[in-house]
Amino acid sequence: MHLRTTPMAARRLRTTSMAMLAVWVLLAPSSADAQFDLTGKWASRSGQDAQERGPGPDPVDYMGLPLNDEGRARALSYDYSLMSLPEGQCGYHTPFYIVLGPFGLHIWNEFDPVTGRLLAWKIGGWVDRDVTTIWMDGRPHPSPNAPHTYAGFTTGRWEGDTLVTTTTHMKATTIRRNGAPVSDRATMTMYFVRHGELLTVRAVMDDPVYFSEPLVRARAWALDTRGTLNLGNGVVSPCEPIAELPRADAVGVVPHYLPGQNPFVKELAERYSLPAEAVLGGGDTLYPEFRKRLLDYKPPMACKRYCGCEGLGVPCISDGSGVPK
Amino acid sequence: MTPPVTRFTAPGLAAAYLCTAVALTAQAGPARGRGAPPVASARASAPSDLTGYWVAVISQDWRWRMVTPPRGDYASVPITLEAKKMGDAWDPAKDEAAGEACRAYGAPGLMALPTRLHITWQDDETLRMDADAGTQTRLFRFAAARVTRRGALSWQGESVAEWTRPRPAPGTTPKGGSLKVVTTNLRPGYLRRNGVPYGADAVLTEHWDLFTDPSGDQWIGITRIMEDPKFLREPWVTVLNFKKEHDGAKWEPTPCT
Repeated sequence: MHLRTTPMAARRLRTTSMAMLAVWVLLAPSSADAQFDLTGKWASRSGQDAQERGPGPDPVDYMGLPLNDEGRARALSYDYSLMSLPEGQCGYHTPFYIVLGPFGLHIWNEFDPVTGRLLAWKIGGWVDRDVTTIWMDGRPHPSPNAPHTYAGFTTGRWEGDTLVTTTTHMKATTIRRNGAPVSDRATMTMYFVRHGELLTVRAVMDDPVYFSEPLVRARAWALDTRGTLNLGNGVVSPCEPIAELPRADAVGVVPHYLPGQNPFVKELAERYSLPAEAVLGGGDTLYPEFRKRLLDYKPPMACKRYCGCEGLGVPCISDGSGVPK
Repeated sequence: MTPPVTRFTAPGLAAAYLCTAVALTAQAGPARGRGAPPVASARASAPSDLTGYWVAVISQDWRWRMVTPPRGDYASVPITLEAKKMGDAWDPAKDEAAGEACRAYGAPGLMALPTRLHITWQDDETLRMDADAGTQTRLFRFAAARVTRRGALSWQGESVAEWTRPRPAPGTTPKGGSLKVVTTNLRPGYLRRNGVPYGADAVLTEHWDLFTDPSGDQWIGITRIMEDPKFLREPWVTVLNFKKEHDGAKWEPTPCT
């Protein structure tokens, strides 16, 4: 059926129809559209893992990590001098470092210039983590044989009000800054949830090579509307490797410990009166029943280092004496 | 002269009107006032099912959660000087002698302990959470927002709950949602077993999210904001994770220690 009309009425109808179309396009749901806006600067608000985020973990501190025997053996072979090798100085962390590192986040989005559809979210890099691009346009992950990078390849989708991302093609690197490993077979799923001004990111790292079960970590950020807080540069800093130690100049030397020769294996356990098996990590150490193997534990008399002094008015304990300075 | 004729297809116009009407109706939100359907109970309107057995997975702050840290270890907590004075004087034997052995098992401390949770509906407006660590019970009351009377201070305080949902896209049914719990009226206790204190004016806000990992395991993630004008310089934000278990085979109630 067709309607006949005059030019003036036709113009009115055309205008009305265009307006309706515009309303419909603006309001219609889209699978790639955000359920909430991630863009902006987010200041770190995590009241957890202060030592790991700040000064760094102690040697052979694998507490909370689901390392299997292979992962533990690889971790114990790690020598900190590896970081002094020129080829080791500019290694970046994988995107898992988003939930490990101490910094804020800078997140922006990019749109297809033709369709106007959301192409990707981008999470700015830090000095030791590359930019994370979360592709939202439905593109597939590359072939398993494609090159791996520290940033890996990440896609995202909305599940209700949660942005769920999947990262593959990450290079083998460390999951903790004391050499605990993660392999290039690992995959990572992240869950982004927003509650008002708070952004929570949970990351599930599954590594069939070095973990006995997936590692789950989470942290939170607060929207920083002034954009003035430290974002860890918010950009990837250039890295220029140099020879730092004479030993690192020696040809063919790769710092490492042979099995059974790591000198730090008992240090942490003795410092905190813990059984050696506790500091070596493992899936069974993550659950409440592991406390039955800690019945002889008695806490040290007083905290002597990294006791929490980052705030105003709370003096630091800086010399190992246990006495605030 | 005969005016030119412009043709519009009736189905096209009808479709445009229909799409616009649907979009505007969805934007306007659900019907209100006379004739609106009765409000569903909290249980019936739950966007996710939190019931069942859940276990804390201690993959963060292991040394501060799985065991009692040394006296004076306040790492990660933005305490005030007053809190530090109390923490430095922590004496667990004195607490036990005073009948205060559950100080680390109040809601703010309890959730970070290595524990299992059993979550059930006590009634249509009350979600019940039992913890085997310390044999504690929290009640999340959805209808409590209308109640202004405050009871005596207690380890688990009084918790007002609500479902929070994303704003739906036009023409869609909202998917997902979280449980928001605000707990007040807390009896002074410890954020950690080593005597890091919180006071009676503390407010604990929690956002409970349900997610499923790629292996199919279900998780509850809790984003917590602890505020205490006396013992915290700023809100203390932490995130905890609990994994679902098939049954209560590992449920093991223990007293406060």
